[in-house]
Amino acid sequence: MIPIYYFLILSAVLFVMGTVGFLIKKDLITQFMCVEVMLNAANVAFIAFARSASSLNGQIIVFFIITVAAAEAAVGLAIILLVYRQKKSIKTEDSSLMKG
Amino acid sequence: MIDIFWLIPLVPALSTLILAVFGEKLPKKYISFQACGAVFISFLISLYSFLGLLKVSPEEYPIVKNLFTWIHSGNFQANLSFQFDPLTAVMALVVTAVGFLIHVYSIGYMAEDRSYSRFFTLMNLFTFSMLVLVMASNLVLMFVGWEGVGFCSYMLIGFWFEKHSAANAGKKAFIVNRIGDAGFLIGMLFILVYVGSTEFSNINNAVAGGSLSHGLVTLIAILLFVGATGKSAQIPLYVWLPDAMEGPTPVSALIHAATMVTAGVYMVARMNIFYTTSETAGSVVAIIGAVTAVYAGTMALTQNDIKRVLAYSTISQIGYMFIGCGVGAYAAGIFHLYTHAFFKSLLFLAAGSVMHALSGELDMRKMGGLKKYLPYTYPTFLIGAIAIAGVPFLSGFFSKDAILTSAFAQGQYFVWILGILGAVLTSFYMFRLIFLTFHGKERIEPEVKKHIHESPPVMTVPLAVLAFFSVIAGYIGLPVVLGKNVNWFDRFLAPIMHKGHEAHLTIGTEWLLILISVIVALTGIFIAYFFYLKKPSVPHTLVRRFPFLYRLLYNKYYIDEAYDYLFVRPTLKGSEFVYDKFDINIIDGAVNGAASGTGFFGKVLSFLQTGFIKDYALVFLLGAVILLGLLIF
Amino acid sequence: MAVFLFILLSLTCIGSILGMILSKNQAHSALYLILAFVCTGGLFGLMSAPFIAAVQIIIYAGAIMVLFIFVIMMIDIRKGLSPERKKWILYPSLGIGLVLIIELIFILSNTLVPSKAGTIESFGSPKTLGKVLFTKYLYPFEITSVLIIAALVGAIVLVKKKEEK
Repeated sequence: MIPIYYFLILSAVLFVMGTVGFLIKKDLITQFMCVEVMLNAANVAFIAFARSASSLNGQIIVFFIITVAAAEAAVGLAIILLVYRQKKSIKTEDSSLMKG
Repeated sequence: MIDIFWLIPLVPALSTLILAVFGEKLPKKYISFQACGAVFISFLISLYSFLGLLKVSPEEYPIVKNLFTWIHSGNFQANLSFQFDPLTAVMALVVTAVGFLIHVYSIGYMAEDRSYSRFFTLMNLFTFSMLVLVMASNLVLMFVGWEGVGFCSYMLIGFWFEKHSAANAGKKAFIVNRIGDAGFLIGMLFILVYVGSTEFSNINNAVAGGSLSHGLVTLIAILLFVGATGKSAQIPLYVWLPDAMEGPTPVSALIHAATMVTAGVYMVARMNIFYTTSETAGSVVAIIGAVTAVYAGTMALTQNDIKRVLAYSTISQIGYMFIGCGVGAYAAGIFHLYTHAFFKSLLFLAAGSVMHALSGELDMRKMGGLKKYLPYTYPTFLIGAIAIAGVPFLSGFFSKDAILTSAFAQGQYFVWILGILGAVLTSFYMFRLIFLTFHGKERIEPEVKKHIHESPPVMTVPLAVLAFFSVIAGYIGLPVVLGKNVNWFDRFLAPIMHKGHEAHLTIGTEWLLILISVIVALTGIFIAYFFYLKKPSVPHTLVRRFPFLYRLLYNKYYIDEAYDYLFVRPTLKGSEFVYDKFDINIIDGAVNGAASGTGFFGKVLSFLQTGFIKDYALVFLLGAVILLGLLIF
Repeated sequence: MAVFLFILLSLTCIGSILGMILSKNQAHSALYLILAFVCTGGLFGLMSAPFIAAVQIIIYAGAIMVLFIFVIMMIDIRKGLSPERKKWILYPSLGIGLVLIIELIFILSNTLVPSKAGTIESFGSPKTLGKVLFTKYLYPFEITSVLIIAALVGAIVLVKKKEEK
């Protein structure tokens, strides 16, 4: 059997990669992908804990996370498309109407 | 059968709601039907509950119906609960019976008015508030009714608000009442703090049990009485009532004669334990009442406005009620309240009928000889005048006599003498009114004379009914000299009144006192007859002889002017000063300064708000990392 | 054998995510991400969660990523990429990332639980998972359908072009 903490450390690495990716990428689509990576990191951790605790609840939660991620991707991508239509660009820097 | 009594105030409330929402769209006939019907149903329920109350043994008083808990905060609890006991029964019957007749009369009197539905909405609302006032089982709910009737009074005095004087009179009534209300409110808070409850039964137990010091009882009693002087137009807060005559006459009859202005008397009677426990407070009440009775009587002597004479007469009569309450004869005070409601509303409605006949004329100098034009109004008016003057065998005689006898029996001779003096004045100015209006030569303006007519039956029938009651209402409270148990009214109220020390007069003294009252009443009438019918020149001679006194009385002792100089103008000046210096510079400065300061910091901080998602994400993440670090280390 | 598989899958996963981040072309990024998701799916399989592994590959690597590629297709990529104005954000981001991973590993090393010995053979099989999903989690499961419908309608409403008047 593979020790649990291998998975947990993998989960942490994936999460930080997603975070850093979100910060350094400059277009909305790749940033959105980075968010998906962060979600996946959480999934890995849940699955690992589910096995270590011998409880199915962790797997169920992952199932729901995937469902929510699907819904989120649909709406998020629709919004990205709208932004592109308005600004003719998907660069995050071009959307700065909130500037104080 | 008594347990439906809590419906009494709810019927007019329902009617008010319907009229307030749909009133403008409903036909006049329906409005009249509903408004009068609601009050009549209330009256029937009151009567039913009253009959039920007679079967209940006095130990069970008061019967309380708790609808729900209204306010609950810490130890303080105020319930929306009604109670029914003899005092409430009397008040509820008077309010609904007189109220119903006046509602009916208003159908005729207000027939041509544009704001017909507004009038009846407010009249119903008033009936509801007044019933809440008299039926409330705690001070807080009573205060709700108290403010409710004040509000209706304000709205109805200023009913014809296009008229500047009417709008001002409404404001005056409201503001003067507020001064009294402040006293009431402070008294109520004292009770709340020291008794811990505002339920009447708890207050009675606390005071009777002696858990309040004597000084505190006196203080609370005086504070409550301040409220009563405001509502019931006693010295020094009486100034609003004469001006309140700007309202429609049925309003003057219902609110400013029969019911609302007597709320103060009701309140003193309801809180009678305070005035019995503290003799000082009782004496204050009695003396204020007596002084007011005479003082208002003198002002009524010289007025030429028919409604103003009646207004001063009301102030004076309420003074009598307070004499009764002050000397511990609460039943007598309430008895006078009850008889006064009939004959004073009769007088007002009859005066309204006279105005109606004369196209709104109020000045008695432009009347005279109306007897033959108004065959129904004249006899009813005369009955009312006789009743109020205290001529034997009519209601006013019994109640006034009961009060004066009690005052004498309690050794309050000063109060008694003032009362007798007031009685002379009462019969004098009432018959001056009768003689100037209905007898003598006609001084009616020719233009008015063409339209002169008796009022329609919808107005004269209520007059007749009220006249009937003005005659017979007194027979439920016959004087003690006629037998031990003839004073049914006294016995009915006795279980809830706390008697001070009893004082008995000999039969001979009692007869003597009655004789004095009769002589006094007849003297007043005779002087009026002599002055205004026999030798009309006498009043003019007197005016020329004592010009100062006449001017003093005619101008109502210049009290309005004095109040104006003492209170109104300094307040205005002070307000203007505060507005100029304090408000503009300091308050506005502080507010504007706060705004511009916030704006400045906002500008500075807005540099942080770059509008770039990544900057926000970076800061957000930084925060998360720091928090996580704090959690770990 | 399992450890070898784990190392292979996790390294591929990390590598493909690196590739996703470093790639200049969104379409390439999306393809890298699909690879990463397939790898995580394999990892789920290693963790005795075969059903979730299948779901991961079908929905994530299949449906969602197709959606991504579809959107990328509709966007003119070359026009969308002009030189970055704020280059400096790279360094603080990397710094914070470093601190974060140290913190996370520290926390995880403190909370590691020894795995319970003797897991049942059928643990995580579609049958057992299905039983739990349709009994204990029936209502949440049904409600997700509402969520998905709402997302569907929302996406259509957002993207639909307004009719010109």
